[in-house]
Amino acid sequence: MSRLEQRFADLKAEGRSALVTFITAGDPGYDASLKILKGLPEAGADVIELGMPFTDPMADGVAIQLATLRALEAGQTLAKTLQMVREFRVGNQTTPIVLMGYYNPIHRFGVEQFVAEAKAVGVDGLIIVDLPPEHDAELATPAQAAGIDFIRLTTPTTDDVRLPRVLERSSGFVYYVSVAGVTGAGSATTEHVKEAIACLRRHTDLPISVGFGIRTPEQAAAIAKLSDGVVVGSALVDKIAQAKSPEQAVSDVLSLCSALAEGVHGARG
Amino acid sequence: MSQSQYRPGPDANGLFGAFGGRYVAETLMPLVLDLAREYEAAKADPEFLEQLAYFQRDYIGRPNPLYFAERLTEHCGGAKIFFKREELNHTGAHKVNNCIGQVLLAKRMGKKRLIAETGAGMHGVATATVAARFGLPCVIYMGATDIERQQANVFRMKLLGAEIVPVTAGTGTLKDAMNEALRDWVTNVEDTFYLIGTVAGPHPYPAMVRDFQSIIGKETRAQLHEKEGRLPDSLVACVGGGSNAMGLFHNFLEDESVQIIGVEAGGHGVHTDKHAASLNGGVPGVLHGNRTYLLQDDDGQITDAHSISAGLDYPGIGPEHAYLHEVKRVEYVSITDDEALDAFHATCRLEGIIPALESSHALAEAIKRAPNLPKDHLMVVCLSGRGDKDMQTVMNHMAAQEKQA
Repeated sequence: MSRLEQRFADLKAEGRSALVTFITAGDPGYDASLKILKGLPEAGADVIELGMPFTDPMADGVAIQLATLRALEAGQTLAKTLQMVREFRVGNQTTPIVLMGYYNPIHRFGVEQFVAEAKAVGVDGLIIVDLPPEHDAELATPAQAAGIDFIRLTTPTTDDVRLPRVLERSSGFVYYVSVAGVTGAGSATTEHVKEAIACLRRHTDLPISVGFGIRTPEQAAAIAKLSDGVVVGSALVDKIAQAKSPEQAVSDVLSLCSALAEGVHGARG
Repeated sequence: MSQSQYRPGPDANGLFGAFGGRYVAETLMPLVLDLAREYEAAKADPEFLEQLAYFQRDYIGRPNPLYFAERLTEHCGGAKIFFKREELNHTGAHKVNNCIGQVLLAKRMGKKRLIAETGAGMHGVATATVAARFGLPCVIYMGATDIERQQANVFRMKLLGAEIVPVTAGTGTLKDAMNEALRDWVTNVEDTFYLIGTVAGPHPYPAMVRDFQSIIGKETRAQLHEKEGRLPDSLVACVGGGSNAMGLFHNFLEDESVQIIGVEAGGHGVHTDKHAASLNGGVPGVLHGNRTYLLQDDDGQITDAHSISAGLDYPGIGPEHAYLHEVKRVEYVSITDDEALDAFHATCRLEGIIPALESSHALAEAIKRAPNLPKDHLMVVCLSGRGDKDMQTVMNHMAAQEKQA
């Protein structure tokens, strides 16, 4: 059983939803980012999405664009992001890590080498924003052959015709993007999320995580009642932007994570 | 490889060989698939084609002339040089050819709002123009750096009723404007038509924009036939994203005797880190919905392009150009800022035509080649735009040179 499967199965048995947290690797710098990464599981994160910085994050809002720039300015590279996962795995064998980003840095690194190294350092899944199923052969197929899950985004624009195509080769979990827009944009109503999950359920048995626009423990709790996972990204990344020092960034992100975890874990209680 | 293989694409997935494709976020996939279907239907609809022909003739002013540049020819003392006068189009460049096609498609699809990115501002002006003509609200994304150096075009867009959104992210140039336009599109999926200005982006844009621009080559073929009774020996056009070049080249790709030359912006030289020559100085990658040659570092991060002409200041190139480069049907060369400026001045003084700095790159390559070619060699240069927008840039450059002297 993969780490992602195991984690979602365990949480299902406990009767609660997963807190999925996103941070950008290398933001605000390698060391602080690694500290945040290592601290997230204890602060209640069940699954970690680790952003691979790219100069042109077309699907991201301002918060993650700025996080990307901070990381790149601090010298983050794809090789360093893999190194970060390697260091994380020394102390943690159970929390799944999903790398999230855009295709070009991987394309440049070399798909074959990337897949091999990602597997070796303990990456569990990939979310590549600009690789729709039409381009499965490039990365999804080799990644899955190596035992790395390929997680797809479904969105309010994914209709019944398109959905089977998107879900066909999805693995790990399904990430429902609850609003048409960039990351950090306005949030969807619980009514909308409820309907969307019901629709997805007719097509897949995979765990469904919901993201985009979820910022507070209250919002997270509301979504946790409906879904298998709740993704929070921009709100955490904003804490890094606002911090006056790397130390403060670490402590502020981890305290928000704890508060979110409380919301998510208590949601169905 | 047989010549017919030079016009193969794209295939159903939008691929020209290994280039092109649809590398976009899932939110946009239904939209680009829908656009491809609608464009296929429009292309086969005589009513749509008739409308297009009407606006090309009565609004843009086509056909524009194929002009024998007699004094430039004499000056070079070799090949016979012709200008395809795209700068005489309404709005002063080739960009409007594409905008008219896309706005007609947007109307046909019932879209209520246009968005576009612009670099030099020529595509922004052309988009604002058709938006006004068809009564659609329009938002233009433009890099803050470009707004600074293209004030006249910014004002023109405002006069035409467009809203201009300055983009400060990244380097504040064309690629950042395109990122921001994509973010708008992904947010306003219901009612918005994204009017991409060059032969790049996800399928069907590269093919669709090429098709709307291919009237340049079609007219050139007929006009040269009328004047000289035969095909050209060579074609020269500048390439940023590459829409005027694709427009001129496409009709001739299968004519083996026609030598085709694309001119990239060499900036301070392709051996420096200040240029915009994606084919001569980049490697394949994926950006803005397509796989193509990109300026990027070893980590796959997109690097800044530089050119004196804002319209060529883009770190990528249309995927069909990448394909034509790999199969060696088109020769891609580069021209530096200084060479382009020299050609700019030569064309002003010899022909009484003030060319755009973009087009000046093509002119510079023509001036380089023509002296070594026989007098019966027929060369067509795409004069893709007029240079009024570049007055400030040229003035600044001349002032800086005087200071140095």
